[in-house]
Amino acid sequence: MNAARACLVALLMCWASLALAEVAVPPLVGRVVDQTGTLSSDDIASLNQKIRDFEARKGSQIAVLIVPTTEPEAIEQYSIRVAEAWKIGRKKIDDGAILLVAKNDRKLRIEVGYGLEGALTDVTSKRIIDEIITPKFRSGDFAGGISDGVDRIIGVVDGEPLPAPPVRPQQGSRSGSLSLEFLNPFNPFVLIPILIFGGALRKLLGRLLGSAAAGGLAALFAWYFFSSWILTGFAGVVTSVFTMFADSITAPTPVGRGGRRSGGWSGGGYSGGSYSGGSSSSSSDSGGGGGSFGGGGASGSW
Amino acid sequence: MRRLWTVLAALAMLSLTNCGYNAIQTNDEQVKSAWSEVLNQYQRRADLVPNLVNSVKGFAQQEKDVLLGVTNARAKVGSIQATPELVNDPGAFAKFQAAQGELSSALSKLLVVTENYPQLKSDALFHDLMSQLEGTENRITVARNRYIKSVQDYNVGIRTFPTNLTAMVFGYKEKANFTVDNEKEISTAPKVDFNPAPAPAK
Repeated sequence: MNAARACLVALLMCWASLALAEVAVPPLVGRVVDQTGTLSSDDIASLNQKIRDFEARKGSQIAVLIVPTTEPEAIEQYSIRVAEAWKIGRKKIDDGAILLVAKNDRKLRIEVGYGLEGALTDVTSKRIIDEIITPKFRSGDFAGGISDGVDRIIGVVDGEPLPAPPVRPQQGSRSGSLSLEFLNPFNPFVLIPILIFGGALRKLLGRLLGSAAAGGLAALFAWYFFSSWILTGFAGVVTSVFTMFADSITAPTPVGRGGRRSGGWSGGGYSGGSYSGGSSSSSSDSGGGGGSFGGGGASGSW
Repeated sequence: MRRLWTVLAALAMLSLTNCGYNAIQTNDEQVKSAWSEVLNQYQRRADLVPNLVNSVKGFAQQEKDVLLGVTNARAKVGSIQATPELVNDPGAFAKFQAAQGELSSALSKLLVVTENYPQLKSDALFHDLMSQLEGTENRITVARNRYIKSVQDYNVGIRTFPTNLTAMVFGYKEKANFTVDNEKEISTAPKVDFNPAPAPAK
């Protein structure tokens, strides 16, 4: 009897914690994510098209999310979590906006990225919600309300001077994002190849010539990957200094053509790895661009 | 072979201390920028308050006490010099927090009072100011949340091995974090009173 009661209590507690669990942020599959089945597929397609066209023309990203409820969180808390997960808007420009509708809560919110806070101010967002969207929502016209709201957001953002969109989608090549990792001479992944490679070169060519050659090669590498003169010079100098004074360290490494080859390869392999890491974080078709949000915007209810 | 091990050990230590120190610096900088954002948003709210008070004054002249309360709280907030160094001084931090908390409660009292004035609520200027205030309060919440997270990262870094050794050597101390402003008020059950107007829907 006692055991049964304990079981019941445990179960109840489980349910309670389930009920308290936060609503998960859905994956960003398109610019319009409807979890309630409110919009028809035609509505979604035309909205998507509208947003995509705007994105191609202006660069700013807009997303629409409809969820049944955000309970137990307030809509503001949920919406900032969505914004942080989706990263709508271009990186560093932060020109993203999210229209979030919690249908059963009868609440909605426009979450505005940092870069759009000047155009889509709290007041403007509130007006869009109160004067354009909620009247339609009250009469049950969700598709029309959202469509008009998005139109209005697009109209407002259009008046804001923003950097032009890229002509073709950049794949994050030759960006400086990985340079810090490389610049750190104590990073073992950088240090060890330099030591092995430099040691081999020094054995082959002698101390002065060897270190100079290692420095030159490192500089060539740096220039190829970063195309920055400062980084190039830095890599060259550091490598040659390391090679010159790292006598005792490299004694056990293999000498000759074989060693040199393997050293070169290990360096190339590493940079290749972080290369692909860099490109995967750049904007893809369905993902956000890396924009950040600070809680700007407005909420309303109908 | 032995030499190789020595070298590897030296290398490991070098990269370890290197990492730890840099991580502390990164976290420290993150805390600073998160704190600046908090200050920024509090400043934004403080700038809004005089306009709000003025717009309410036009319609609700007789609510002198409430208006005065807001003005005084605003003045107190303005008198505390909010510098980035505040984070490293728990006493000043607590004082700053208390002043901001006072302004928050004064503002919420003001909002309760405004419920009694339908003309005020339909005033366009007041409406705009309210949406700005709402947005700013939300930004403050977000900024505070981010600050709390960054301080958590920093403090965890400072207290866990091996970075705690680095922190000890360089004298990095734990940073103060936000606490709930009104711990006592929350722990007591709210009183239901039907005489004044119901609390405004936020």
